[in-house]
Formats: sequence, C-alpha cells, structure tokens
Amino acid sequence: MSETTFPERAHQALHDTQMRRNVKKATTTIRERTARMAGELPDWEALRDAGSALKAHTMAYLDEYLLELEERVQAAGGQVHWARDAEEARRIVVGLTREHETDRAIKIKSMTTDEVELNPALSEAGIEPVETDLADMIVQLGGDRPSHILVPAIHRNRAEIRELFVREMRDMKDLSFETLSDDPPELTATARRYLRSRFLDTRVAISGANFAVAETGSVSVVESEGNGRMCLTVPDVMISLMGIEKLIPRWQDLEVFLQLLPRASTGERMNPYTSLWTGVHEGDGPQTFHLVLLDNGRSRILADEQKRQTLHCIRCSRCLNVCPVYERTGGHAYDSMYQGPIGAILTPQLRGVEQAGTLAEASTLCGACQEACPVKIDIPSILVQLRGEKVAQQRRRPAGRLAPESLAMQTARWMFERSERLHGLQRLARQGQKLIAREGRIDRLPGALGGWTRTRDMPALPEQSFREWWAARQQPGQAGAQRGRGNHGGSDDSTG
Amino acid sequence: MRVALFITCFNDTLFPDTGRAVVTVLERLGHEVDFPMAQTCCGQMHHNSGYRDEALGLVRRFVEQFESAEVVVIPSTSCTAMVRQHYPRLAREAGDESLVARLEALLPRVYEFAEFLTGRLGVTDVGAYYPHRVTYHASCTSLRALGLGEAPRRLLENVAGLEFVELPRIEECCGFGGTFAIKNADVSTAMLSDKMAAILATGAEVCTAGDNSCLMHIGGGLSRQQTGVRTVHLAEILASTEPGSQAAGGVRS
Repeated sequence: MSETTFPERAHQALHDTQMRRNVKKATTTIRERTARMAGELPDWEALRDAGSALKAHTMAYLDEYLLELEERVQAAGGQVHWARDAEEARRIVVGLTREHETDRAIKIKSMTTDEVELNPALSEAGIEPVETDLADMIVQLGGDRPSHILVPAIHRNRAEIRELFVREMRDMKDLSFETLSDDPPELTATARRYLRSRFLDTRVAISGANFAVAETGSVSVVESEGNGRMCLTVPDVMISLMGIEKLIPRWQDLEVFLQLLPRASTGERMNPYTSLWTGVHEGDGPQTFHLVLLDNGRSRILADEQKRQTLHCIRCSRCLNVCPVYERTGGHAYDSMYQGPIGAILTPQLRGVEQAGTLAEASTLCGACQEACPVKIDIPSILVQLRGEKVAQQRRRPAGRLAPESLAMQTARWMFERSERLHGLQRLARQGQKLIAREGRIDRLPGALGGWTRTRDMPALPEQSFREWWAARQQPGQAGAQRGRGNHGGSDDSTG
Repeated sequence: MRVALFITCFNDTLFPDTGRAVVTVLERLGHEVDFPMAQTCCGQMHHNSGYRDEALGLVRRFVEQFESAEVVVIPSTSCTAMVRQHYPRLAREAGDESLVARLEALLPRVYEFAEFLTGRLGVTDVGAYYPHRVTYHASCTSLRALGLGEAPRRLLENVAGLEFVELPRIEECCGFGGTFAIKNADVSTAMLSDKMAAILATGAEVCTAGDNSCLMHIGGGLSRQQTGVRTVHLAEILASTEPGSQAAGGVRS
C-alpha cells in the first residue's frame, strides 16, 4: 500500500471530472437495475437470510469442508494445492504454468489473482498473462488499475476505450480512428477479434472461482461475456486460484447463491454464462486441472467472531454501487483490488489495520451497503470495530495518545462525565467564539476544524443553551416560566 | 404521560430551539416534560470513532439518568439509533450482564421524537401552522437504523399552511458522518453539493429533518453558498402555531 491516505487520494480523484461522470453514470444505472431485480422477487429477504446463514455455517466448519473439497477434486482427477500467502500462491501458479512450456496464459476475470499480484509474477517468468474479460482487458491494455470489483474499467467511457484500442491493439493492422467508432457493439466486436486468436493458441488458462462445492468437488465461474467459457473449453490446462472462503457445502446451496449473485451484481435474473466443472473429463475441456486454495490472511479473519462475516462476501459489488463515497471518489482512491465498502473492511484485514487505517474512516456509516448486501454483511459495524483497533494500536504509543484526535476525545470524555463540566465549557466556548462569530455564524474555525468551515458555515453558539433555558424556566417568576406557550421564539428563527 | 427529554449534547449546546420546540409540542399535547439535569451525551461520537471504552461510560450514564423514566424522547435520529442499536452490543461486549438487563428494560421506552408522536401517541396532527414550502431530508439513521418510514412525512402533511415537496434521491446520505465531515472534508463536501442541488431543485425555502447534525452540515453549506434556503428541525416546525391561536389546548386531531 502506498504512503498516501484515503483523504489525499480522494482529494485527487474528486477533481477527475471525466472519471466522476463515468462512475456516477454507471453506478446509477446498475443501482437501479439491481434494485429492480431484487425487488421483483417476493422471497428476496428470505434468500438473503439463507445466503447469510449458509455462509455462517460454512465458516464455522470451513476446515472440514475444505478437506472434503480436496478429496472430491482429487477423486475427479484434479490436483489440489494449498497456498499460505500471496508469495506461495504466485510460486505455485507460476510453477504450474511453466511446466507446460508456454509463453502465454489466458485469464478469466479474477479478484484473487489480482490480490496475490499474479500478473507481474507471470510476466517476470516470461509468461504473458492475457486478461480476457472485456473490462479487465481494457485495464490491462491501458496499464491501468482496476477501480471496481465487477467492472474494473468503470472509470473509463467508450470514447476513452476507442482511443485505447486504436493505440494499444498493435497486432490489429486494420484498426484506426477512421475504421473504429465508439459504438459499444463495434468496440466489443473488435475486442472479440483481438481475443479470438489468443483463445485458440494458448494452452494454459488461469481463473479464480465464484464458488466451489465441497460435496462434489465442482468449481464455478459466473460471467456475462463468455470469455470465461472459452478459457474453460479450449486450453489443455486449467489453473484456478480460489480464496478458501469461496466454498459452499452442497450442490443444492448454489440454488441460493445463483439467484442472489446475478440480481445483486449485474442486475440480471440470471447471468448469461454459469460454468461448472468437476475435475477432468477425457475429450472434453482441459485435461489437467489444478485448484489452488489461498489463505493469505483469511484464517486470521476467520478467527475474529465479529469480523468473520467479511468472508461471506460473494463479490457482487452491490455495496460499491450504492455507496455515496465510492460514487464520488471512484475505486482508485481505495488503493486496493477491493474497493468501496467491502474494500474498506477487507483491505485493512488482509494488510493489517496499521497499513490501511484511513480506509476504515472512508465512510459516513450511512448503512446503504449493509442494506444492499445480498448476504447481509454488517459493514458499518466492522468499520467501527476496525476504527477501534486503530485507536487501540495508537494508544500503545505515547505519541499516539497525544495525537489531536485522541486528546479531543479524552477532553470530550472528561466533559461528558459531569454535566457541570459540559455546562462550564458551553459558557467558555460562548465567550471564546466572540472573536470569530459574526451574525450568528462562524465562517472560519482554527486547526483541524477548519476542514468544516472550508466549505460550510458553522452556527455560533446561541446565547442560552437548552439546559440554561430549562433551569431558568424552573424558577418561578423567571422569564420563560409559563408553560405551553404557543408561537415560541425558536420556531421562526433560522437554525443554521 | 411524563416524558423524560434526552436533549443530546449537540442540541443542548448548539440548537436549544429544537429542545424548546419539543417541550412546546409535548406540553401542547397535554404531557409533562422532565429534563434530568445530569444528562450529557449518548456517546455516539466516541463509539463511531472507535473509542469504545469512553462510549461505554456514557452508556452507563444514560441508563442511570433515564431508567426510572416512564418514557424517554430524543429529538435526534442518530442519537436514538446509537442508544437503540449500539448500547446493547456495547454492554454485551463489555460482559456487563447487569447493564444488558437494565438496557433491555429501558430501551422499549426510548423513542425518537417523531416516532413517539406517531407511534406511541398515535398523533399525526399536532396543531401546527407553518406557511412555508418545505422539503424533508430523511437521515440515514431515520431510514435504516430506526425505520421511521412515513412518520415524519405524515406529521408534516398535517401542518397547516405548509407546502410539502418531496426530495429527490432521499435515500442518499448528506455526507455528514460525524468526524467524517472533517477527516474526509472533500468527499463530505462532494456529497453535500449533490444534496444541496437536490434541495434547491425542489424550490423549497426550508429543508427539515429529524437530526440537527445532518442539518448543521446541509444548512452550513446552504448558508455558505447564500442559497436562500434554511434548515429547521422537524420539532420546530411542529411547535410553530398561528399567531394568536390558543395553541396550548388547541390540538386539532
């Protein structure tokens, strides 16, 4: 992770007007579509509960189910590998690819291979990784970074993609600004032609996995474009890298997730391509199948009872699409494969709270993510817990205890311990504000509070706090003592 | 009914008019209001910022102050959500079984202001008069944590003279988020810009809500931009009556 903080990266991103329009347009469209698709199912809430319960059960017995999966995959002719961390995963996958003496591997869209930074490792080993998912391909061609879990190139519009194709698809001799328009079907057809030759002459395919069924040893990839299906049928060798949490116990459990996932992610009743494969079958598809099971911090997340639900995520990306922060900053501000609300809780857990501390603060806790999540992950509570862990860490250092926020929080605690102190400080602040308040407003606050007044006025403290008014009212004969007045002063005055 | 008012530190300090308005409305409806003077803060800021131990102290304080009350009314959706949603968990995580039990006994008697009027009292017309064009911002806690639904709107619709206009994209957060507004001031402002645009598009003169923290943020932006639109807490609209009317006993229902 870079040295910059979320607020710094967001500050930059907010000025990228093209990105902001692209992301807003795309998320608004997907948001409406997913809401419609979820809304039309009478048992949507029951499905969410079922999805959540299935995941909770799976996590509770993950060790047993993983062994069952290993056994079934092996029985069906596949090979299973265990990767403790990203480094080990890279070594396994690069090694397996090398065995087949190829200088190229085609890839199905996979978050997990991004997480372990597989592509640079393949390139270093002399193997060219070719992303075949349209959006991933756009990101790869542009030397760009993914900015969305489902739509990695969501920050690009079709005009930008046209320019990129003409510039970067060098082996497509007939491609020029004269021959290619920014019409989406035309762009897609061009991508298809570009990819077709690669599909046909590459021997090794690498994928992630949406689900793996323990009882059958089947692995599943769910997609829209069909490039995954190409990777699953043409090459001789299939290598799938899967996070250990992607497991589900039974075949029947797919019933729940194959309804939840497309409706929550692309806003479709059913996704165009659902591929399921079990080991190898002679004369049909890849003849060698490797399943690499990745931990990379997941078992540590599993150990925490509250944060464990982070592993329930089925990577639908709906939380990104409904998040008001994501909609404005886009994905790059999160500086991770996993962006948006799920990224804000997953990245700090994968990398350590210290490295990714500002991510947990990249939320207003508005709750839109939790409300939208198809498996009901309580993202706001986990954000709060992560903030708490950061505070605890900070407190272990003397300098951390003296940090401005920590001091402010201690002062507030001291003040709220006794109402007399609160009252005293109210009076003190009322005196102090005379230097900066004008006409009931403060337009410039000192220090960190200046972040507020850079764009917003602050109301000045009124002459009388509520408790002072109340105390005066309790005194017989004092102003305001009579009860039940009608048109009282407050209702006609502006409060802000 | 004898109503204990939890004013919240924020309203106490910055928006006393909201508290006075709550007292006015409740007394107009024939209830007695009590204000336990030792009350301070619900602990929301500490909790949301990760200062759990500090928040826990304030949970205990709230319980001590209010557990003998017949009912507790809070004119803030986010503070009510803090009490209802997070207090039990904080108590459980602290392993304080007695606090858990005391909360279980107390929480069913704790209401957000609009919720108390429509849900507990069954009143939607409080005899208010407010001749202004008004739009309503549903705070995130009102929508999601408390599920207040149509309650605030029904109260507004029954205010004489009030012209109600729906706010587009009402489910979207205004960008306040407590310390978020300062730590992520730029993103907070970007969200505020869109919220202000939505409010201005309604042509309303007043934007109301059940939470002064959202309103301080929205109102601060509207004021800075000289938009000519102001923010007013729902309670203040409901407290407002026709000049010269016999409001004290004159509740229309």
